[in-house]
Amino acid sequence: MQNLILGAAAGEGLNTGDILYQLVAFLILLVLLRKFAWGPLMGIMKERQSHINSEIDAAEKSRQEAKSYLESQVAELKKAKEEAKSIIDNAKKQGEAQGEAIIKASRDEAERVKEAALAEIASEKEKAVATLRQEVAALSVKIASKVIAKELDESSQEKLINEYLQEVGESR
Amino acid sequence: MEHGAVTKDFLGLTFNMSNVLMITVSSVIVFLIAVLATRTLSMRPGGMQNFLEWVVDFVKGIINSTMDWHTGGRFLALGLTLIMYIFVANMLGLPFAVVVDHNLWWKSPTADPTITLTLAVMVVALSHYYGVRMKGVKEYGAEFFKPMKFLFPLKIIEEFANTLTLGLRLYGNIFAGEMLLGLLVGLTKMGIFAGVLGIFPLIVWQGFSVFVGAIQAFIFTMLTMVYLAHKVSHDH
Repeated sequence: MQNLILGAAAGEGLNTGDILYQLVAFLILLVLLRKFAWGPLMGIMKERQSHINSEIDAAEKSRQEAKSYLESQVAELKKAKEEAKSIIDNAKKQGEAQGEAIIKASRDEAERVKEAALAEIASEKEKAVATLRQEVAALSVKIASKVIAKELDESSQEKLINEYLQEVGESR
Repeated sequence: MEHGAVTKDFLGLTFNMSNVLMITVSSVIVFLIAVLATRTLSMRPGGMQNFLEWVVDFVKGIINSTMDWHTGGRFLALGLTLIMYIFVANMLGLPFAVVVDHNLWWKSPTADPTITLTLAVMVVALSHYYGVRMKGVKEYGAEFFKPMKFLFPLKIIEEFANTLTLGLRLYGNIFAGEMLLGLLVGLTKMGIFAGVLGIFPLIVWQGFSVFVGAIQAFIFTMLTMVYLAHKVSHDH
């Protein structure tokens, strides 16, 4: 049972070779793994970390951009609404003004047409009167010639003139 | 249940061929695991890369719990290699042991105190080396007289005690585990009744040994980082 104390498996004596072998093996393993495994692994982990960092930064940036864009869009929309409202108001005012102008113009036109009609009526009346005068003159000549032709006496002549005058008055 | 070992003398050094074999096997397995897992690295890790990144983060956590990353970052490769090597070495002796002509060939290399003490001495030596390199001889030497001058002998004893406990803790756990496994296997060979009776504690003990092996690998790495931090950091 003495073998169960330190170095049980080793039998007797100190295994100096084992010590050296373990040390060398571990150091070789350390160097090899550092070169072939830990180095690349650490590299990719660092790369991923920086990738994630940059992605988060980019996302934050685009979020800010989207926010400012949204704000500007809202402002634009508000502006556009106000503009549209002012355009509609303007159009309404303009429409009313135009309507009034049209009504006024048509009233004036009607007035003018009425004036023209009145003037025409007056001139027609003048014409008619002138025509009548001519007719009266012609009739007088006719009467005179008839009187002369009949050689009437004074009383019948007067009677005849009155008759004709009356006739003229009635025809008028 | 006593097993001998084949020893060979070479260049005035004594080699236990079983240890040489098992150290080589452990190293090769660790190397293969680590290298195969990092052959196809991608930004979106999967499978083995995921596992190895978890190990990296685990060791990073150990280092961060003992010192700040600025000084501790350089020990990451050491910690990773240590934890994986010791874990694999602990596991190797669990499934079976190979005995040829009463000589034990297949076992955990960490079930030999020579091996574990070698690792422990290496770690403590590294801690002294980094202590001198990162703080200078003067400050490194002054550490031995803090907090009080008369504690100097205790500080010296502490270094040896640290080395011994670090190595022997690992050896003791693994050696005891394999010893008991061997005894239980011997029990199952004694007869049909003992075999049926012995298989259950055997299974339980194997499961427990996996746990112990993992815990011991973690403890060894943890203590390595603690000793390194003790020598390297400025505020102790």
